[in-house]
Amino acid sequence: MTAAPLVRTDPAAVAGTPPGGRRGRRFDGPARTAVGFALGAALLFAVAPLALSDFRLSLLAKYLCVAMVGVGIGIAWGRGGMLTLGQGVFFGLGGYAMAMHLKLADAGPGELPDFMQLYGQLDELPLWWRPFASPWIALPATVLLPMVVAFGLGSLVFRRRVRGAYFAILSQALAAAMVILLVGQQGTTGGTNGLTDIQGFFGYDLDDPVNQRMVYFIIAASLLALLALARQLFRSRYGELLVAVRDGEERVRFLGYDPAGVKLVGYVIAAGMAGLAGALFVPAVGIISPALIGIVPSIEFVIGVAVGGRATLLGPVLGAVAVAWARTALSERFPGTWTYLQGLLFVLVVAFLPGGLASLWVLARQRRSDPAGARWWRRSRPVEPAENRTEVSAA
Amino acid sequence: MTGPQLDGLCVRDLRVTFDGFTAVDGVDLDVPPGDIRFLIGPNGAGKTTVVDAVTGLVRATGSARFGDRELLGRDVHRIARLGIGRTFQTASVFEELTVVQNLDIAAGVTRSWWTLARRRNRIPDEVVAALETIGLSDRGDQLAGTLAHGQKQWLEIGMLLVSDARLLLLDEPVAGMSHEERDATGALLETVSRDRTVVVIEHDMDFLRRFARSVTVLHAGRVLSEGTVAQVQADPRVQEVYLGVDTATEA
Amino acid sequence: MTVLFGQLFTGISIGAVLLLIALGLALTFGQMNVINMAHGEFIMAGAYTTYVLQQTVTAAGWSLLVALPVAFAVAGTMGVLLEVLLIRRLYARPLDTLLVTWGVSLMLQQLARDVFGSPNVQTRAPALLTGNVSLPGGLTVANNRLFILALALAAVLALTLALRLTPLGRRIRAVVQNRDLAAVSGIPTARVDRTTFFIGSGLAGVAGVALTLLGPIGPTMGTNLIIDAFLVVVVGGIGQLKGSVIVAFALGVLQATGEYLTTLSVAKVIVFVAIVAFLQWRPQGLFTLRTRSLA
Repeated sequence: MTAAPLVRTDPAAVAGTPPGGRRGRRFDGPARTAVGFALGAALLFAVAPLALSDFRLSLLAKYLCVAMVGVGIGIAWGRGGMLTLGQGVFFGLGGYAMAMHLKLADAGPGELPDFMQLYGQLDELPLWWRPFASPWIALPATVLLPMVVAFGLGSLVFRRRVRGAYFAILSQALAAAMVILLVGQQGTTGGTNGLTDIQGFFGYDLDDPVNQRMVYFIIAASLLALLALARQLFRSRYGELLVAVRDGEERVRFLGYDPAGVKLVGYVIAAGMAGLAGALFVPAVGIISPALIGIVPSIEFVIGVAVGGRATLLGPVLGAVAVAWARTALSERFPGTWTYLQGLLFVLVVAFLPGGLASLWVLARQRRSDPAGARWWRRSRPVEPAENRTEVSAA
Repeated sequence: MTGPQLDGLCVRDLRVTFDGFTAVDGVDLDVPPGDIRFLIGPNGAGKTTVVDAVTGLVRATGSARFGDRELLGRDVHRIARLGIGRTFQTASVFEELTVVQNLDIAAGVTRSWWTLARRRNRIPDEVVAALETIGLSDRGDQLAGTLAHGQKQWLEIGMLLVSDARLLLLDEPVAGMSHEERDATGALLETVSRDRTVVVIEHDMDFLRRFARSVTVLHAGRVLSEGTVAQVQADPRVQEVYLGVDTATEA
Repeated sequence: MTVLFGQLFTGISIGAVLLLIALGLALTFGQMNVINMAHGEFIMAGAYTTYVLQQTVTAAGWSLLVALPVAFAVAGTMGVLLEVLLIRRLYARPLDTLLVTWGVSLMLQQLARDVFGSPNVQTRAPALLTGNVSLPGGLTVANNRLFILALALAAVLALTLALRLTPLGRRIRAVVQNRDLAAVSGIPTARVDRTTFFIGSGLAGVAGVALTLLGPIGPTMGTNLIIDAFLVVVVGGIGQLKGSVIVAFALGVLQATGEYLTTLSVAKVIVFVAIVAFLQWRPQGLFTLRTRSLA
């Protein structure tokens, strides 16, 4: 007769304890945030451009785009419990919207993009390409299009309580369908090749290293902006509600909320972030193609987040950059080895360190300040009477 | 935080069927406003299923009215918004959130998106009051997962208080509690019932004798007996199916 | 009429492949609630087993027959290893299981690349299965498709009978329906889990053998198939087999019809939309056991 537990605790979420309960910690609140953001800005805007070659900097720009997708996944999966294996779809929608505009701009008014001329099936621009000629439509579309698609899918599946693994599989199927669709419509989408060889970015020549640097700065600033947004979201009442829905969707429902709406907001925000990332990825790399947005890249977005710490603010960013960097560094020299390593990393982190590397950090910090608090993982176990416990929050 | 008026629960001919098995078979139940009604009965009698049906978790036929509102056929969260709150056999609090955060969420159903998008800059009054009522004032910043079992149950009741539930359906609230905790829970129920209607599913006969104002005995999906504690205890049918066995083992 | 029948048969044969793959998932995902992304690599293992066997047993017909049990055993053993080493520790965390097994699937793909090389390899089909059967009315049906259909139906039949009639099947069903009760009733649940996983993964191996009749064998052959197969189980409803059987054929026919009316790529999108629409109507899948549990 015992009912299934209504609220379960996700061991992976421990590192993501929201800051509300930690007031009084010596270095928290606005001061810490300001210092954190200043440090981040200094790193991204001063140290990196000075220390890295043009080539390395453009690689970093690419990694930061992946990190932006990670920030969104951190919200949807880390805080909201929605394992989305189809972020590539939103990344791709943003990327294709941007690339379509840039291709049209490259071709010049009234002309067809080069690949359409090459395949030679079309005399004039397809109807659905036309709006993207205007930057006033194309730029908002990079973010809004993914959000609309996420809203459509999310409102259908969350309302019917399709969740957990079911949701993960559906989101993955969406990525598969999108890739097949893009590949199949070669004449208008560039097929397997995607939209390649993008030359200009709103009048700036992308081959010029100075302009590449500008693109890098735009990406870095966008990432900081998304982090600020995510931080506000984590600390808001909505952020608390999202965690509540993750840990006890039914319990939240019995309090009078409709969890579908709560999840939908998180999912749509994550989609918008992925869309922006995709849009900025295009000028940074010069290409968007099905291979960059399909099932495998979609799940690779998740790897970085898992490695860094899914429920933390910075974990997804650092994890995404670290994994992408390791991939470049290793796959250049030992391509096969990297695949083993990537698989192994995923297995080890998810199975044995579900809080990601961030949980090591939390562990170390608590051990330093309070030896009893080092047993952080015990919180998710059946709890002994409070009288017998050392106060964790007193630290 | 007081509900504007006190309402009662009126259930008529409630039936719940699972794949051909009838778990609740025509239950009528009248819980007057301000009552502390205990639902008892052997395992499988259908107690939890009645609560499940009233709160919209399982589909049922018949009628369940709270005040002048029909509850059956509505979505779970809509029923909750009509002022029906429930707890579960396993304490269901949000363990990764603090006590205050738990209560704040429960208090916030009617908040606008604009309010939700911002931080909580001070603890709402009703949350402070509820912390006091459930005796967790000094634990507001503690993670709910670190509370003792009894405290979690109280937190859950507190969440119903701040959500302004006017009908509280509590599923075995004192299971696994110590004697002192049971006493405190009983006192809490009496405080709460001043401006709310309370229905308690409970196996603990000692607790029932001390705090029930009225009792309904369910057996095999039907109402077997109803009345005051004394009336029910005197009912030979009840003694036969339930009390006779259970009091002996519980004593 | 001929066209219609032709499309119908194409759909059924797509469905048969889906069914063969989904059948193993219906056990591991449907019955045990484990999302094993490496299932696709077990299919690959079955296919490569066929390839390796053909190097020693050169008569194509015999090697195919030998491959069926051997692939079952190979893939099943891989499944048991995975269960014992990793999945066992993650039963309470289904989403993490998904991610962990995906990591495993990456490693297995790379292993296949290192052992057999990146380019696809091909097996020789037995002569008996290369031709067509002519039916009245000018219809032709490919022998290999018929064989796969027969194999899929045989697998369903064998699995159903095994679950219904054998003591092992009863144990599996007992563990599915109430793990705790089964455990206190003296059923060794850990061993039952392992056996279930062996059978489920082994069926993936059998599917791999069948796939060698349809096309080349490559390290990533499993990835593309696995999602469709998961969808079959999701839409079919977990906890029983009949939903998966019906849905596999329904999706196959839908895919074939969509492909005929539009293009392959649009048909994929149609199938996806149809699935989302279907879940609006029955979010728990085609068949569900109605219980009190909240899940």
